Formats: sequence, C-alpha cells, structure tokens
Amino acid sequence: MTKALPSVSRPATPGFATFDEPHHSLLIDGDGEPDFDAIQTSEDFLALKRRVKRFILPATLLFLAWYVTFVLLSAYAAEFMSTPLFGTVNVGLTMGFLQIVTTVIITMAYSRYSKRQLDPQVDKVRALVETDEELA
Amino acid sequence: MTGANTAINLSVFGIFVLLTLYVVYRVSTRNVSASDYYAAGSSFTGTQNGIALSGDFLSAASFLGISGAIAVNGYDGFMYSIGWVVAWLIGLMLISERLRNTGRFTMGDVMAFRMRQRPVRAAAANSTLVISLFYMIAQMAGAGGLMALLLDVHSKIGQAIIIAVVGIVMVLYVLVGGMKGTTWVQIIKAVLLILTVSLLTIFLIGKFGFDLSSILDRATQRSPLGEAVLSPGVKYGASDLSKIDFISLALALVLGTASLPHVLMRFYTVPNAREARKSVVWATWMMAIFYSCTLVIGFGAMALVGTDKITNAPGGENSAAPLLAFQVGGTVLLGIVCAVAFATILAVVAGLTLTASASFAHDVYANVIKHGEADPRDEVRVARITAVCVGVLAIAGGIAANGQNIAFLVALAFALAASANLPTLLYSLFWKRFNTRGTLWSIYGGLTSCVLLIIFSPAISGSKSSVFPDADFAFFPLSNPGIVSIPLSFLAGFLGTIIGGEKADAAKQAEMEVRGLTGIGSGLR
Repeated sequence: MTKALPSVSRPATPGFATFDEPHHSLLIDGDGEPDFDAIQTSEDFLALKRRVKRFILPATLLFLAWYVTFVLLSAYAAEFMSTPLFGTVNVGLTMGFLQIVTTVIITMAYSRYSKRQLDPQVDKVRALVETDEELA
Repeated sequence: MTGANTAINLSVFGIFVLLTLYVVYRVSTRNVSASDYYAAGSSFTGTQNGIALSGDFLSAASFLGISGAIAVNGYDGFMYSIGWVVAWLIGLMLISERLRNTGRFTMGDVMAFRMRQRPVRAAAANSTLVISLFYMIAQMAGAGGLMALLLDVHSKIGQAIIIAVVGIVMVLYVLVGGMKGTTWVQIIKAVLLILTVSLLTIFLIGKFGFDLSSILDRATQRSPLGEAVLSPGVKYGASDLSKIDFISLALALVLGTASLPHVLMRFYTVPNAREARKSVVWATWMMAIFYSCTLVIGFGAMALVGTDKITNAPGGENSAAPLLAFQVGGTVLLGIVCAVAFATILAVVAGLTLTASASFAHDVYANVIKHGEADPRDEVRVARITAVCVGVLAIAGGIAANGQNIAFLVALAFALAASANLPTLLYSLFWKRFNTRGTLWSIYGGLTSCVLLIIFSPAISGSKSSVFPDADFAFFPLSNPGIVSIPLSFLAGFLGTIIGGEKADAAKQAEMEVRGLTGIGSGLR
C-alpha cells in the first residue's frame, strides 16, 4: 500500500513516542488512537498475517477441492460412486460421510492452531498499543 | 393423517410457545439500547452462541425437507446435508472472527467499513432484506403445509390462519425479547431438535442391530427405485443439464451458508473474536451430528414407512420424519416431532425478522437517512416497527406461497446469499484495492442476476412443479442459478474495482485489516 495517501479524519502526526510522553508506546498516534498504518507494517503484525495465511490458505483450498471432487464424481462418475464397499454401503455414501468427518477434523485443527499459533501472536500485536489504552 | 392426535400435537406445541415466551419475557426486562436489541449486548458465550447458531440455521427445510429428500431420492437428497456441513469451514476460517472484530450489528457494518457509507449500506440492506424475506416466505409456506399434515387442517383458510399465528408469535419474540430473547429461543429449540433427532437415530440403528448396511438394504426393498437410491443420479442424473443443476445447487449450499445475513448477525452476540470462533466450532459439531442423523432418519423412513406412502401423504416429501416418528413411537412421538418442527419454523423466522429489522433500522434509517446521527432510541423504535412490517409481509408471502417445496425455496435463498454477499465480504476483507464501486457492482450484480435468473428459471414457470405451471417464460434452463450468478458477482466486483471509481482508502484499509485480525480499535477484549 502507498503511505503517501492522506489519511482521512485522522491527524497526520506520526505516532512515535517521545521522552515527554512516557505512557505512549510506539504505535499510538498523537491522539492516543492506534496508528493502524504503523501497526500494519510492524514486524509482529506481518508475522501474524503470515501465520494466518499459512493455515487458512491451504486448508480452504484443500476442503474446497475435496468437496468439488465429491460433487463432480457424484455427477459424472455415478458408476464408480455406486461401487459397494461394505454390505450395501457404497463409495459415494462413504465419501459423503467422510466429508462430514474431514470438516470436523479441519475445524478442530484450526481451533488448535489458533490457540497455539495465532492467539499469542494477536496478544503480541495488541501489546503494541495496549499500554496506553490501559492507562487512559 | 391417520391416527394423528391433534390434542397431543397442539399441547406439546403450546407448551413450547408458552415456555419460550416466558423465557423471552424474563431475560429481556432491560432491553433498551441498540446494542441490547441487535446484539444482546454481546453478552453470550461462544458455547451458547454456537448452539443458537445451529438453532438459527437448522430450519424446517433441514429437518423435514432433508430427511424427506433422502427418504424419496436417497443419495441425491444427502447432498444437501453434506453441503451444509462443509460450508461452516468458510464461516470458521474466513468470516466469523474478522466480522466480529470489524462490525457492530449488521453485515452492512463490515461491507461499508472502508467504503462510502450511504450507497454501500443501502446495498447491504437491500440484499439483507431480499434474502431474509425469501428465506422467511419459504419457512412460512412450510408451516402451512405442515399444519395440513400434523393438525389435520386441510382448508386453505385454516392454514392461512395458522401461518398468521406463527407470524404473530415470532414478531412477539422479537419485539419483547430483541436479540437476547431470540437467542434463548434458538438455544431451547436447537437442544430439543438435536435431542429428538439423535434419540430417533439411536433407536433406528438399534432396531436394525447397529448395522447401517441392513437399514440401507431394507430401504432399497421399500423404494420403487431399488438399489438406485443408494447411488447418485436419481434426481439429477437424467441429462447433462440436470447434472449442471446439481453442481449449481452444491455450490450454492457450500458458499451461501456463511453469508446468510441472520447467520452473520449471530457473530455479534459474543464479546470477541475468540468467542466467535468458538461459536462456529460448537455449531460445526452440532451440524455434523444433526446431518449424520438425517442420513439415518431419511433411509430409516424409506425402510420403515416406504417411499410410496411418504410421497402420497398430505405433506409429500416433508412428511417423512413425522411419519417415521408415528411408525416407531405412535402418537406421542409424532406429537413431539411435530412440536419440534413447529418450534424450528418459529425460531428461524424470528431470527430472520430480527435480522431484517436490524438491517433496515441500522443501515437504512440510522446511516442512510439520518447520516449516522440517529438517536439510538429512535433507531430501536424503527427496528421494532420494521419487525412488525416484516412480519406482516412474511405472513402475506407465506400464505401466497403455501404449498411450495420448502427445501427448494430455501436453496434459492442460499444462492442469493452466495451471489450477493459472499464475494463482497471476501473482497472487502482480503483485497486491498477493492473500492466502493466494486462493492456496489458485486452486491447488485450478484443480487439482480440471481433474482432475474430465478424468475426466468423452470422454478417459476414452464414445468409442472413451477409456481406458475401454466405460463412458460423459462428461458434459463437451470432451476438453481448459483453456478452463473456467483462467478458473475465475483467478476462484477473485480471489474468495478479495476475499471475505476475512487481509489481504495488506504488508511481505512489498514484499520480494517489490523482490526479484523487483532480487534485493535474495536473496543473488544
């Protein structure tokens, strides 16, 4: 993004603390509001974005591909989907049930990943601005 | 229906209505501020909201429609179940947390966050109102058909009166309880529904010696289609066109769920993004259990009741679950299942009414008409008046659409949501350059193309099962428009942004991205 654009309705004063304002942490602007431009380019925030992307991009592509495969096979490979697997239960019904199972697995994996990898990083980013909010 | 005990049905249902009205009344004595009315003061936990989410989502179409679709069409009916479970992954990973962090009450809050407020909010409200009304009319129409089956009310006037009663009770929930009361209604209903469905499933599996294969085996013997019901293609396999219709339906199911306005609005009832995430995790578990059960109930109904008896019953496909209940548990179980089905309709319609009224009051009245300077008390008053108007419209629409196929009408609402809302939400959350013009193009592009394609589809005219069977202006061959209108909306949003209009507001984009991921600046903990 271009930082040259004028920011709307927010004072353009850069948010860097001086020794006169000991309560201000780095990423808060002159009015004590979070300086979003500075946060957006901060190392901690970029690390958070990378971690988010590392999970949701492959996971989303994976489950969509798996779902579309199932739908296409159901539409165009009915023969294959009707192959019996055990008793009267065929490939299609099993695959359909597995869609539900994988949904639960991905959900739990994301929940676990968030708790371990994302939430602590969110707290780190929030700490960049929180000093001031708490004192205010 | 044979042996239907109207007294039992009515009393179980009556108890539910009285109980929920009492709960709604008790929880909502201090229901004054806009935040209380729209978002229950964001005071629910992730667990509570997760259960309420499943309550809001599991409509009569899910319970009666899907078990019926499976009981009649077998495999092709099962498709609905799968799409509606898988869809929650989009809500979980892409939407819920960011929505909670960036918005306050409505979908418009998020879409307009970094755009010009008035046109975008108006567009978001239009889309919310159209989708909610569509969905609501489907539910109300279902209520009429159900009554024919459950209470032995066969005259059109009798059914119209019942639709009106359902409408009045749901407006009462919303007026008295606001979001808090409505959420408790959802929780009570979701627990009742899941319990009923699970117990019925366990009973069925037990009856067949814990062997799923033998249920299916028996089912194929009772279906005129024989073994074919276990394979894809019974309903959608006839031609290349019907196969594309099937893919179109599958797309709408998976992409529409997480962009339904009443589902989106639920995420505002929790205090922060972590609780929003927890809600989806809970909701996903509930959905996984529920829809796995519909498979057993659907094939169970096929096995025990028989497809012919179901299709010839007064409610048609929709009567599969009640008929099965009567078969295995007599009038008492039938009464319970019917009451749960009513409760389901009532609760879902209440959730939709609240969403539609919030969108009108918050987006249109407060932000478009009053330029964001409305008195919050006036805003809530407008929301309440809107709720009454929406209720009246839904009653009228429900009476007019009485007798239409509910699962199908609901699927169209999903196509609308997937076309008008999902592309816009994803672009505004994930694409830096996305601007006001792109937003308007993708909302209106998706909404109008989808509505037009529905009007000119076989769903409305040209075939025996159409709304107007005698007319024929169906030049669009698919009954579900998703496969055309969803990509079209993505394309419109992209082109609108690329072709021009003002540049995206970089400062607002920074704020939205930081706030969406971390909650900084939202005031949420």
